[in-house]
Amino acid sequence: MDKMPKWADVVLIPLISLILATAISALVILGIGEDPVAAVKIMVSGALGSTLGWGYTLYYATNFMFTGLAVAVAFHARLFNIGGEGQAMLGGLGVAVACLYIPWPHWSLALIGAGTLAALFGAAWAAIPAWLQARRGSHIVITTIMFNFIAASVLNYLVVDIMRPKGARDTATARFPDSVHLPTLHELLAPIGVPFSKAGPANVSLLVAVAACLLIWLLIWRSRLGYEIRAYGHSETGALYAGISPVRITMITMLISGGLAGMMAINNVMGEAERLVLNATEEAGFIGIAVALMGRSHPLGVFLAAILFGFLYQGGAELALMTQIPSELIVVIQALVILFTGALDNMVRMPIEKLFVTLGRMRA
Amino acid sequence: MTGISPPAIELRGISKAFGPVQANKDISIQVRPGTIHGIIGENGAGKSTLMSILYGFYKADKGDIFINGRKTEIHDSQAAIAAGIGMVFQHFKLVENFTVLENVVLGAEDGRLLRPSLAKARRILADLAREYELNVDPDARIDQIGVGMQQRVEILKALYRRADILILDEPTGVLTPAEADHLFRILDNLRAEGKTIILITHKLREIMETTDTVSVMRRGEMTATVKTSETSPDELAELMVGRKVLLQIDKAPAHPGRTVLEVRGLHVRDHQGVERVKGIDLTVRAGEILGIAGVAGNGQSELLEVLGGMRSGAGTVLLNGTALALDGRGADGQARRAAGIAHVPEDRQREGLIMEFHAWENVAFGYHHDPAYQRGLLMDNAALIRDTEAKMKKFDVRPPAPALAARNFSGGNQQKIVVAREIERNPDLLLVGQPTRGVDIGAIEFIHKQIVALRDQGAAILLVSVELDEILSLSDRIAVMFDGRIMGERLPDQTDEQELGLLMAGVSGEAA
Repeated sequence: MDKMPKWADVVLIPLISLILATAISALVILGIGEDPVAAVKIMVSGALGSTLGWGYTLYYATNFMFTGLAVAVAFHARLFNIGGEGQAMLGGLGVAVACLYIPWPHWSLALIGAGTLAALFGAAWAAIPAWLQARRGSHIVITTIMFNFIAASVLNYLVVDIMRPKGARDTATARFPDSVHLPTLHELLAPIGVPFSKAGPANVSLLVAVAACLLIWLLIWRSRLGYEIRAYGHSETGALYAGISPVRITMITMLISGGLAGMMAINNVMGEAERLVLNATEEAGFIGIAVALMGRSHPLGVFLAAILFGFLYQGGAELALMTQIPSELIVVIQALVILFTGALDNMVRMPIEKLFVTLGRMRA
Repeated sequence: MTGISPPAIELRGISKAFGPVQANKDISIQVRPGTIHGIIGENGAGKSTLMSILYGFYKADKGDIFINGRKTEIHDSQAAIAAGIGMVFQHFKLVENFTVLENVVLGAEDGRLLRPSLAKARRILADLAREYELNVDPDARIDQIGVGMQQRVEILKALYRRADILILDEPTGVLTPAEADHLFRILDNLRAEGKTIILITHKLREIMETTDTVSVMRRGEMTATVKTSETSPDELAELMVGRKVLLQIDKAPAHPGRTVLEVRGLHVRDHQGVERVKGIDLTVRAGEILGIAGVAGNGQSELLEVLGGMRSGAGTVLLNGTALALDGRGADGQARRAAGIAHVPEDRQREGLIMEFHAWENVAFGYHHDPAYQRGLLMDNAALIRDTEAKMKKFDVRPPAPALAARNFSGGNQQKIVVAREIERNPDLLLVGQPTRGVDIGAIEFIHKQIVALRDQGAAILLVSVELDEILSLSDRIAVMFDGRIMGERLPDQTDEQELGLLMAGVSGEAA
C-alpha cells in the first residue's frame, strides 16, 4: 500500500528515462564533434517552431498513435504483436483498393469506407498469426515477424506487377481521385480563422487517431470485453476459471490490434501520399512498440508518447538537413529512448519506488 | 540435555523489516540441544522470515545468533551448513532426473572425480538408514519415488552435510497421515541421537504430539514460548490469533434432500494426456457436504476442474438431472455458472482472483456477464463498487476497501472475497477446493461457518481438501480418492484418521 503514487508511475518515470536518454544522446553528439545544445535547438525549432514543423510532427504522431494503440491493446492480453508493420502495409492495400476502385461522392464517406477496409485488411493479416497462436501454439512473436516479411513481398508483387499503371516508372499505384482527398489541418483550421501551414501533411486522420485513443480507453477500462482481455492478460488459468475463452480473447484482441495498425493507412496512404507507394509504412509499425512501451499501454500514454516520437522523427529529419550530424544519429536517439523507457524501465523504477517508500515511512 | 550445556541455538533480539513491513520484531529464543522445538503461527506471522535469517537467506537488521553458545555470523547458506544447520524446505530442492545418491552428493563432492564421493555417500547413507529408519533406495531416480521418500532425501542431504540442527518447514503438507507418522518417528530417532530439531507448522496437533517446547509467533512477534506438556491446543490457538477461537465447528446434522450432483464413470486426462481421474461415481445431495479426502495429486484437482468447466472430461455428470457438457462449447465456466454451480477454486491467486485487479473488479470475476453489472455497452463500475462494499461488510473483509488490489489483502481476506462472491450467488452446487489453504485461523473459522450456512440453506457442497481435520469437521460424508479412483466412502462419526489414512495411501477399504 505504501507504493508510489500513480502520477510517479505514469509521468515521473518516463520523464526521467527520457532525460537519461537525452543526456546520453548529448554525449554521443559531443563525441562526433557537434554541439548538443545547438542540435536540440534545431530539433525543437524544426519540429515545434512553426506550423509547418507541427504539421509534420503531428502527421508522424498520427501514424504512431495507431500503431502504438495496436501494440498496447495486444499487450493487455499479454500478446506481443510485432506485426504492426505488416498489418499497416495491408491496411495501405485496403485503402488503395477502396480509393481506386470505388467512386466516392465525398471525402468523408471515402474516409469511412477506406478506413473500414484498411482495418479489415490489417485485422485479416493479424488473424492468421492469432489463429496459429490460439489453436496451434505457434508463438505470436515469431509468426507476426514472419508475416511482416510476407506482407512486404505481397505488396511488392501487387503494387509493382498488378496495380502500377502501365508505363509508370514509380513503384506506386496511380494517384487517388481528387474526391477522396482528405482535408489537411490547414484546410480544417482555415474556416475558423486559425492559420496553419499549407505544406504540413497532418490531416483529418489525426482526429480519427485521437478518437481511437478515447475508444480504446473505453474498451480496455470500461467495457466487458476489455475486462476479459485484461483478466486473460494477467492470468490465463484465472481466465479459464472465469469461463473466458483463451482462443476467443486471443482472436478478438489480435483482430482489434491488427485493425488499428491497418487504420494507420488512412493517414500515410490516403492523407499524405494519396497513392500507395512501396514501403509507405516507414517502420511506423515498429515505432509503435516503443510508443506502447513508453505509454505503459495506456491510451493517454500512447497519445503522449506518439507525439514525442513524432517530434523525434521530425526533429531528426531537420537535424540531418541543417547539420553535419548524419541522419542515422536520430535512430541512435530513438533507440536510446526505447532502451531507457522499455528495456531499462526497472533501472529507473526501483530507486524511485524505494525513494517513495522511504519518504512514506518518514512521514508515518 | 543438562542445564549446563549452552543452547544449540539462541537468537537474541532478531529484527527484520521489508520496506514498511516489520516481519520480525525483537525475537529471542533458546533451543536446548537434543530437543524438538515447534514454531507455530499464522501465515505471515514471520516464521519463514525467521528461519530464512537462520539459514542465511536474509540478513537481520538487528540481533545476534549463537550456535552452541558461540556468536555466529550467517551470511549465506554455506555458512549455515558450516555451522551445522540443515534445512528441509516446504518445496523440495531436488534434481528430478538425478538419483537419490547424486542428489545427496550434489554440492558436497569431495573432489573433481565423482566416483569416490558417490561410494563414500553410499556407505554413509546405509549407516544413516540403519540408525534413523531413513530407508531410501540410493539408486532410485527422484522423479520415480513418492513425495514421502523425496522428503527423506532432503533430510539425508542435511545429515550427510553433518547437520546437528535440522529445520523443517511445514513438512507434513504433502504427506499422508501414515507418512507423517513415519516422519515423526524419524524425528524422534534423531532427537534421541542428540540432534536438535526446529519444526515449523501451522498444525496444532503436530506440535502437541512431537515437540518438547513451542514458540508462538503473531504479527512478527514471539508471543510466547512454553513447554508443550504444559499447554493445550486451545491455548496455543488463542496465542496465535489473539482471541478465543472455535477449533471444532458446531453444526447441526444434515438433512439431505434431492440429488443435485450425480457423477458416473468420469474420466479426466491432464495436459500431457495422463489419465488423472479413472472412472469416478459420486452423488451430492441438497443440504449435505461431501468431502473428498486424499493426498494432493490423486485426481481431486482435476475432478473439481472438470466440474467447474476448466478442463474437459469424459463420462456423465448430471446437475439436477440434466446432463452437463464435459467438452467443447457449453463446457466452460460461464455455462457452469449459468447452470447454478459456484466454484471456490483450489488456488485463489492463480485462479480465483486476478491479483492485479481491484477488489471490486474481482467481485465480478466469472460473473462479469451479470446484467446487474452492465450499463448500456459498458460495465457499471459504480454498481460493482456498491456490491463489493456490501459483500465486504457481510464477510468482514479487512480492510473494507473495494479499490485495493487483490494482492494487497492478506491470504485470509483474499479467500473471503472469493467465498463471498461464490456463496452470495446462492448456487445449487458449491465446489470448494482447499478453502483454508494459507488462511489464518480466525478466517478459517469464519469461512467454515459460511460453508455450513450455505449447506443449511439447501445447497449441495463438494469439498476437496488435503487437510484431514478440515474434511472430518466439515463433511457429512467422506469419499477418499487415491490414484484417480474413489477408495471408499465413510461417515465422519464412524471413521477415524487411521482408517482414512489407509484409504488415502491406497489400501482398499475391504483389505484394511
